[in-house]
Amino acid sequence: MAKHKTPLLDQLESGPWPSFVSDIKQEIEHRYANPKGIDFQVPAECPDDLLGLLELSYVEGETHWKHGGIVGVFGYGGGVIGRYCDQPEKYPGVAHFHTVRLNQPSGMYYKTDFLRQLCDLWELRGSGLTNMHGATGDIVLLGTTTPQLEEIFWEVTHNMNNDLGGSGSNLRTPACCLGESRCEYACYDSQELCYQLTNEYQDELHRPAFPYKFKFKFDGCSLGCVAAIARSDMSFIGTWRDEIRVDQKVVAAYVGGEIAPNAGAHAGRDWGKFDIQKEVVELCPSQCIRYEGGKLEINNKECVRCMHCICVMPRALKIGNDRGCSILVGAKAPILDGPQMGSLAVPFVKAEEPYDDIKEFVEATWDWWMEEGKNRERIGETLKRLGFAKLLEVTGVKADPRHVQEPRHNPYIFWKEEEVEGGWQREISDYRSRHQK
Amino acid sequence: MALVYEEAKAKIVEFINSKAKMKSKFYFNDFTALFPDEKGRDVKKILTGMINEEVLVFWSSGSTSMYGLAGAGKHAEGED
Repeated sequence: MAKHKTPLLDQLESGPWPSFVSDIKQEIEHRYANPKGIDFQVPAECPDDLLGLLELSYVEGETHWKHGGIVGVFGYGGGVIGRYCDQPEKYPGVAHFHTVRLNQPSGMYYKTDFLRQLCDLWELRGSGLTNMHGATGDIVLLGTTTPQLEEIFWEVTHNMNNDLGGSGSNLRTPACCLGESRCEYACYDSQELCYQLTNEYQDELHRPAFPYKFKFKFDGCSLGCVAAIARSDMSFIGTWRDEIRVDQKVVAAYVGGEIAPNAGAHAGRDWGKFDIQKEVVELCPSQCIRYEGGKLEINNKECVRCMHCICVMPRALKIGNDRGCSILVGAKAPILDGPQMGSLAVPFVKAEEPYDDIKEFVEATWDWWMEEGKNRERIGETLKRLGFAKLLEVTGVKADPRHVQEPRHNPYIFWKEEEVEGGWQREISDYRSRHQK
Repeated sequence: MALVYEEAKAKIVEFINSKAKMKSKFYFNDFTALFPDEKGRDVKKILTGMINEEVLVFWSSGSTSMYGLAGAGKHAEGED
């Protein structure tokens, strides 16, 4: 039986949606019943006090959490976030309520025995509450005490073949879509690149030296299942350089109604007959598709790889064969300077092992940001402050029309003296010989 | 010029102590400013060594990380 009355939180259980309040109540009952006789290392009333504390915050309109601290595991500067309650006498179960972040497997594939191990560990040494997954993508284990941290770390690294994730001014836990493991749209092996960069940059993940957080995300294609373009400081988005492959016979089958468009996704209602002109051709953002005389033509030079046409007719249209990824930099959520999407920096890279070209770009970007970035400034903000051209300069990427987001928004090109023949010096008499005052 | 660990360590500790009345936690950039001719990665190696020797400790708010001398500053009860 829960010890705190929570009428405000109870309201959150009404309605058709799943409720975290119901989930926590379930764990409260489970811990008090303790059917397996577990020797809880964190107070059994931890989830109970968590709800009690939250109810108090709802009543008062104030938080009772203090966050931050020196807690962590030895040698690691991330992965553990200290949380303390400022009402420890009233809610002793959450006096310490630290968060532990674990690096999720690429594509979030789990074996059930791993999940059992994880749950057993967290029942014993934590609150029993998890967040699968946090906003960055990690496995988030909610609520433990300082003495448990090294024990948890030992178990995770020695018996579960896992490691802490990133927090603070670190490289955050990289995240990817499931890529080539299941998806026909994957233009590169997003899981492999995620795994390789995670291993390559362990020092950046665990020992903070950046001005602020830095996130990698890997989308196998522009449909963006992990929304890399919006959620990561550096996003790797699959694309292709050649042409969309078109099977005209299958296009005809879609038009003739033999195959359901959108893989049958809109089958719950009668949307009428498939209209290729309206549903594909007119929705192409760069208007590079034509359907005439029963033939679908794509002007691939104008295609912006949005993949809408492919999604509508996946059996007729396929991604190109010359595949790789684009690299974008600078996305962030609205903390200091408003939300930003990533800006295209590298239009195309093959994304093949050993990924040296990608690593060179990453390291040059970091070197610049570590040098120029202000404290608590995301790289997207540094980019805005110092200019995109500077990023191109320090990374050695050649300026390209594809870097221009909005033509004519700023028509000026600022040349440097060394780029202009003769520099800034000129003979005025020579000029005056051709131009009167 | 390559950093000599003991010299760099002494300089870092002296810097932190000189600011002790005002603050107990420092950004990474505060230390790179002490060694303007060195690369950030080399300064990081010194700081990592000092963490491993338990001279320094990491402090994190969850979103931002800082460094401080072990035992310095205020900590939550039971934290240290």
